[in-house]
Amino acid sequence: MTKSELIEILSQKQSQLAYKDVELAVKTMLDHMGTTLANGERIEIRGFGSFSLHYRPPRIGRNPKTGDSVELAAKYVPHFKPGKELRERVNESMERVEIQPG
Amino acid sequence: MALTKAVMAERLFEELGLNKREAKEIVEMFFEEIRNALENGQQVKLSGFGNFDLRDKKQRPGRNPKTGEEIPITARRVVTFRPGQKLKARVEAYAGTHQQ
Repeated sequence: MTKSELIEILSQKQSQLAYKDVELAVKTMLDHMGTTLANGERIEIRGFGSFSLHYRPPRIGRNPKTGDSVELAAKYVPHFKPGKELRERVNESMERVEIQPG
Repeated sequence: MALTKAVMAERLFEELGLNKREAKEIVEMFFEEIRNALENGQQVKLSGFGNFDLRDKKQRPGRNPKTGEEIPITARRVVTFRPGQKLKARVEAYAGTHQQ
């Protein structure tokens, strides 16, 4: 499912809202989530999961073309921990449906 | 303070002029439809944010960390999140101090 397919489903289910409103709502939510993480704050959605930042210490990497070593600064990466309901629903679906390719 | 559904709904109310009930419903449905897709075996790709992928894990040996007793970790399906380039770049720039 892509973002536009998600918008399509939501606008069918929220028929009192114009497609454009749903589209803007989805973009606003994703932007809000991205900004929250970029500010170093957590996202906690009960039954879905939580997003937080994980610290990656500085390390020496290599330029794969030249083999030269390069110092890579410490950074943060986004991390998602699925919530209980999502974990259970997905795990229970294993016997019912295959994972679709793509 | 962490971002929650209530805070997201408040933003939609303030910025988009949805009424409070609509805003609350759309936030709820947004996460529910992602869960639905995943429990139907569909991976979810939200460009600019990231992908929620599914993986089937085989049974593997495990241990009860308290007792040391060996117990198998059963086969399971799990969700993994792969942040997109744009989100990774935004987060990488975060210069906050990390706590040990």
